[in-house]
Amino acid sequence: MSASNYASWGRYPDSRPADVRRLAARPTALPAADTSMLAYGNGRSYGDSCLNNDGLLIDMGGLDRFIAFDAATGILECEAGVLLADILELVVPQGWFLPVTPGTQFVSVGGAIANDVHGKNHHVAGTFGRHVRSLGLLRSDGTALTCSPNDNADWFAATVGGLGLTGLVTRATIALKRIEGPYMDVDTLRFSNLDAFFDISAASDADYEYTVAWVDCTARGNKLGRGWFMRANHKPALGQQPDPRRRGGPTFPFVTPVSMINGATLRPLNTLYFHRKRKPRSRDTQHFQPYFYPLDGIRHWNRAYGPNGFLQYQCVVPHADARAAIAELLERIAAAGAGSFLSVLKVFGNVESPGLMSFPRPGVTLALDFPNRGPETFALLDRLDEVVQAAGGAVYPAKDARMSSTAFKQYFPATERFKAFVDPAFSSDFWRRVTGEDS
Amino acid sequence: MRKVLIVGATSTIAEQAARHFAAAGDALFLTGRNEERLAAITDDLQVRGAPTVAARVMDADDLSAHAAMIDAAKAALGGLDTVLVAYGTLPDQAACAADPAAAVAAWHTNAVSVIALLTDIANRFERQGSGTIAAISSVAGDRGRASNYVYGSAKAGLNAFMDGLRHRLFAAGVQVVTIRPGMVDTPMTADFDKGPLFASPEKVGADIHKAIEKGTAVCYTPGFWRLIMTIITALPRAIFHRTGL
Ligand SMILES: Cc1cc2nc3c(=O)[nH]c(=O)nc-3n(C[C@H](O)[C@H](O)[C@H](O)COP(=O)(O)OP(=O)(O)OC[C@H]3O[C@@H](n4cnc5c(N)ncnc54)[C@H](O)[C@@H]3O)c2cc1C
Ligand SMILES: NC(=O)c1ccc[n+]([C@@H]2O[C@H](COP(=O)([O-])OP(=O)(O)OC[C@H]3O[C@@H](n4cnc5c(N)ncnc54)[C@H](OP(=O)(O)O)[C@@H]3O)[C@@H](O)[C@H]2O)c1
Repeated sequence: MSASNYASWGRYPDSRPADVRRLAARPTALPAADTSMLAYGNGRSYGDSCLNNDGLLIDMGGLDRFIAFDAATGILECEAGVLLADILELVVPQGWFLPVTPGTQFVSVGGAIANDVHGKNHHVAGTFGRHVRSLGLLRSDGTALTCSPNDNADWFAATVGGLGLTGLVTRATIALKRIEGPYMDVDTLRFSNLDAFFDISAASDADYEYTVAWVDCTARGNKLGRGWFMRANHKPALGQQPDPRRRGGPTFPFVTPVSMINGATLRPLNTLYFHRKRKPRSRDTQHFQPYFYPLDGIRHWNRAYGPNGFLQYQCVVPHADARAAIAELLERIAAAGAGSFLSVLKVFGNVESPGLMSFPRPGVTLALDFPNRGPETFALLDRLDEVVQAAGGAVYPAKDARMSSTAFKQYFPATERFKAFVDPAFSSDFWRRVTGEDS
Repeated sequence: MRKVLIVGATSTIAEQAARHFAAAGDALFLTGRNEERLAAITDDLQVRGAPTVAARVMDADDLSAHAAMIDAAKAALGGLDTVLVAYGTLPDQAACAADPAAAVAAWHTNAVSVIALLTDIANRFERQGSGTIAAISSVAGDRGRASNYVYGSAKAGLNAFMDGLRHRLFAAGVQVVTIRPGMVDTPMTADFDKGPLFASPEKVGADIHKAIEKGTAVCYTPGFWRLIMTIITALPRAIFHRTGL
């Protein structure tokens, strides 16, 4: 791949590494470089946390080997470039599942650790990092550390959620979760406003392992926050069933000349989706692939946002003011006629995140895409930050390309402590931006 | 269950093909020059489902090491029915043009040593009356071109050798599979600008596995290279010499 192929998922901002080194074998030392370096997992971060303009990117794609798997205990050890999709392909037929999965399976294990990713089961399982038993960290001073919650625990806490800045994660050991089969029992309920969302969510957490809601980000007034609530559990064994393979799905063929999500399509798409089913509730059995990864069915769907790319905004606001804060955020978005079709609301649980810089914390999280319309989009996101800052919440670095350094420091109070663990040879576009350093 | 010997198992393309054998539950014997990388690949293929994976360090240029290696593979797997020869080097064409020794070294690795290996294997498979012999050649062997004719001619020699071997072993029921990849994104082509013609090693590895399963005589991978090479080999010299191929 040439340097121009190393973009983030939002295809914004433009950034070009001076050099790319693709590792083919587990390294015992970091590559030499006159510039700063950064690991590039699979580029599924939306903003600039996986980019290193004018620096070195270490492409982890070739470090995709399994090291050991015990099918009796579900303990899996692998190189850091292994994708979650590869793990699923291996372990699901053997009755195991990822303990935590984000909304795409095309994420590397190193990337899942560096952003301490979360999934629809956050309220019971916490973040990905909680299930990491051990990881190998290579530092530019030549040290190779094995880190776990017990050994080098401070390095473990800094590296989980550490935005790739503490060094290169070479391998990891993960504790998987038992399942009886690849199917899910899914219960889908329509809700007519934000209050209804909170009620359903509170009533669902105890009985459902996975909960998440889609919201209509164009609805206002007494319909503000309406949407569909999806709650699910792994289904008990069904016997042999064919596995629909998702990897061979269609590919979005090109970057459209203008965003397909725009003022003309936004409202109708959302309204149609809200009214997609007549019945306000349905229960069905779904294969885990379409349930967990509906977007993975179309490769490169990000190209539909056109040449300027898009920004994703994901924040969390603490429980105390959550209802008011989420209402205010949705109102500001709807009033601006912004947002997109992919708006997600979820209540995080109280399971503590293991990383110093982990994003998930108790509260309610809202995530949406915004086609990049230039200054008006950035101004809106700043207005959303005002709400999040006032509520004492946080914005997710994995999805960010624009938060201010002031906002960052407020969202991540451990930043100063974290700096002691940042490898002096490592940096990223994101890090330079939020710490106000020059590259 | 196949009993597969892969010579040059640290090749990126070979590793992808090996994952398909592992997932199908085949037993594997790997050789390569780098012990640590062989060990990492061994672990991976075991996790992916291969019931037996054994490995041995061997430089394929050392012809005197071949027979003992094949014996070891047979012993470790309890027989042998499939061989994939995957190693190769893409020499610097300018260096090969300037220095006869460099040209000969490129031929030694990409043609001579492969021919030595395949001769030994062919005799064994002929005696046992079964087996599949596959080797990775290249589309570069279809027509000599200024940009890489030393490499290309070694692969061309291999192609003709395998054609003849296939002819000879037809009666014995031994399959001979020549793999001709186009351009593939691997360390071998690290310094190339990757255009749309470049294929992923995953795709090529999957095609190799399929060709071996089916016993395809000549497998172009990706398949569109068959058409491209038909055109390139058909170009009249007067036109061909003006191209920058
Ligand atoms: C459709 C979609 C849905 C998503 N849903 C969710 C979700 O539900 N929950 C969630 O939490 N996230 C979600 N994400 C975000 C995604 O999970 C994270 O951005 C993840 O970190 C991407 O992993 P990656 O392998 O692509 O890494 P990259 O994006 O390439 O890199 C991410 C970070 O990891 C670092 N990194 C990567 N590999 C290593 C390594 N070996 N050593 C050290 N550092 C490393 C990089 O330096 C960078 O800082 C989603 C993304 C998409 C595109
Ligand atoms: N990549 C392409 O575009 C392309 C196109 C057409 C055909 N091919 C052919 O595909 C095959 C595999 O190449 P690749 O693309 O997978 O490249 P690769 O990853 O660089 O693999 C080449 C392998 O050959 C090994 N090797 C070289 N000389 C050797 C020797 N004397 N003894 C033992 N092993 C030796 C190397 O081992 P070390 O790691 O120890 O050096 C390496 O594992 C080669 O035959 C190549 O000619 C490649």
